Amino acid sequence: MSLSPLQLCLLFSSALFCVGLFGALARSNTILVLLGIELMLNAANLNFIAFWRFGGAHAPASGVLFAIFSIAVAAAEAAVGLALVIAIYRHQKNIRLQDASRLKG
Amino acid sequence: MSLSADLLWLIPALPLIAAVVGACAPRGAFKLAAAAAIAALTGALLLSCGALATALAAPAAKLASNFTWFDLGHGAVRLGWLIDPLTALMCVMVTFVGLLIFVFSTGYMRDDARAKQFFCFLSLFAAAMLGVIVANSLLLLFVCWELVGLASYLLIGFWFQKPEAAAAAKKAFVTTRIGDLGLLLGLLWLQDSAGTLLLYDGGKGLLEPAVLAGLGGSTAIGLLLFCGAVGKSGQFPLHVWLPDAMEGPTPVSALIHAATMVAAGVFLMARVFPLLTPDALTVIAFTGAVTALIGALIACAQNDLKRILAFSTVSQLGYMMLAIGVGSWVAAIFHLLTHAFFKALLFLGAGSVIHAAHHEQDIRQLGGLRGPMRVTFATFAIGMMALAGVPFLFSGFWSKEAILHATHAWGVSQLPLYTGLAAVVLTAFYMTRLVAETFLGAPRSEPAAHAHESPAVMTVPLALLAACAILLSLLAWPSPWLQLLLDPSAAANDHADGVGLMALSIALVALGLGAGWAMYGRKPREKSMSADPLAARAPRVFAFLAARMKFDELYAATFGRAAYALAVFADALDRHGWDGAVRLLARLGRFTGLVNREADEDGLNAGFDATSESLRKTGRAYSRAQTGDAHGYLLMIAFGFVVLVFAVLFGGAR
Repeated sequence: MSLSPLQLCLLFSSALFCVGLFGALARSNTILVLLGIELMLNAANLNFIAFWRFGGAHAPASGVLFAIFSIAVAAAEAAVGLALVIAIYRHQKNIRLQDASRLKG
Repeated sequence: MSLSADLLWLIPALPLIAAVVGACAPRGAFKLAAAAAIAALTGALLLSCGALATALAAPAAKLASNFTWFDLGHGAVRLGWLIDPLTALMCVMVTFVGLLIFVFSTGYMRDDARAKQFFCFLSLFAAAMLGVIVANSLLLLFVCWELVGLASYLLIGFWFQKPEAAAAAKKAFVTTRIGDLGLLLGLLWLQDSAGTLLLYDGGKGLLEPAVLAGLGGSTAIGLLLFCGAVGKSGQFPLHVWLPDAMEGPTPVSALIHAATMVAAGVFLMARVFPLLTPDALTVIAFTGAVTALIGALIACAQNDLKRILAFSTVSQLGYMMLAIGVGSWVAAIFHLLTHAFFKALLFLGAGSVIHAAHHEQDIRQLGGLRGPMRVTFATFAIGMMALAGVPFLFSGFWSKEAILHATHAWGVSQLPLYTGLAAVVLTAFYMTRLVAETFLGAPRSEPAAHAHESPAVMTVPLALLAACAILLSLLAWPSPWLQLLLDPSAAANDHADGVGLMALSIALVALGLGAGWAMYGRKPREKSMSADPLAARAPRVFAFLAARMKFDELYAATFGRAAYALAVFADALDRHGWDGAVRLLARLGRFTGLVNREADEDGLNAGFDATSESLRKTGRAYSRAQTGDAHGYLLMIAFGFVVLVFAVLFGGAR
């Protein structure tokens, strides 16, 4: 069986997503969890580009624009996330995600 | 220089600003408050002169400037300002006399700890009084009228540490309020029947022929308006507050309770003169005549320097009302103007004496002040002669003659003329007594012996007022200028047709002066304890007059007692009648409450409690799912995502 470029790209992005998910679930360091989440996000960005490039009738540059938007949002999200990490560190003197459970009901 | 009606509001506004400055100034800022008050009143005086120029340019034109205060749906409430010769003359008089009294006050009140408030109140009074004068709407006039009453209350009670002053302030306020109630009712009635309270409104105002013709049978309205004037101008039977008002500082007595405020009633009557029917005028004339006589009689037997002047004021206001009543409102205004000057002069002279004699006001304790207080004596004598009506040179003579002639020409009755002539004798008599007791003979007490002339800031206003007391004769003589200016239609009757009456009144003045001189001046009192010559001759009459004809006692025995009985009855009704009903209701309420509570706790609350408990349990169960473990949440999301993917792939959901 031979795979089309689109399928190859999708497989690659799925793999990237799984790596990110595993990282986010397995690590207890909050920064590394954030890193995993960024990987998952970039897997989604890859899909945008792939569907634009190899998909059916495509509008010029629409996929690229989606990706750029997504990256911009991701940057903002990362900034918020890192700020939260700093706040958590100030609070509990470490950044273990398991320990940050004081707000539970 | 002239002033348009649109800018007339500046005249009362300036003193109002000064009052605000005085109110906001720090506690000890006496100089600032005084400077603001004097500067504002100077400005108002200049503007008033402008208004007078405007009025003189067109005496018959009623220059009004009206504006809408607020809208009521059908029809708006409108207020306005008015320039006519009456307004302009009153403005000039009030600002000029007021200015001199303000200057005098800087000397008189210098040592008072609350002098700052004093000037603030004085400015407030000036603003309100000028508002009364320039108002073109009876509503606006009424508002300012009440403000004037407030300022009067504040100033009479200025030394409220003295119980008498506090009581006098209360008495003045309550007594004038009785009259003001009548005035208010009159205004409501007028508004109802005429539909407007504007005086001049381009043909639609109250005093213009179209509306006047529509106001049939307005005797009651006129009498109700007169009620306000009775209260404010101290007419019989509401005159009792005015003598007590002398508890205030002397400049206040001069400004408010002699020159301006008490004349506001006369001004009001002159202003609404076209509204008054012959019946109403008859009542006014007799009230005025009675007041003139009673005031003069009581003044003969008083021993307090200021109280004599106060009763004299009552008497002179009676004259003015008499003039209104007999139809010569111009004579009333003329007497108002001249009286304002010479009575302010007399009061300020009295203030100078009191200041020098360390607040000794009893004329039996004074005496011999002619030597040390030359300026005060000379000016006081001029005021006294103007008030007594010494012929030809003094303004009081001409205004009094105008009133007597108008009374003589009155067709209804000659009785007021006789009372007026009697009051002429009495006036000359008691003023001679006052001057002789105060200034002649030898000092009869320690303070009188050490009296010295007051500073220039007090004597210069005296001299200016004295000059005016003489110069104001020019308003009537050699030509009846004021009459021609204010009411040219009635200028026909001049003094020529009444030489006999004039000669009679001159003779009566001479009689009064002679009797006073014979009893008090020829052989002045030697000791403060020796009996009054009049009391020696007619002790019971003298005692009756000295007790002010027992008016206060009469009112206490009638109105006071009736009010007390009413209060006792109301109290009993309240305690036993209404209170019982209220208690019963309260019992009933408590019983209902008890029943409600039982029903609530057993019935309703149990149901709600059960519901709440089950809600709480559910909430607790759900809250257990929130572990606070971010990994757990993420895992659940991933798991859910996988399930979703499988559902999409194999469930055929696409």
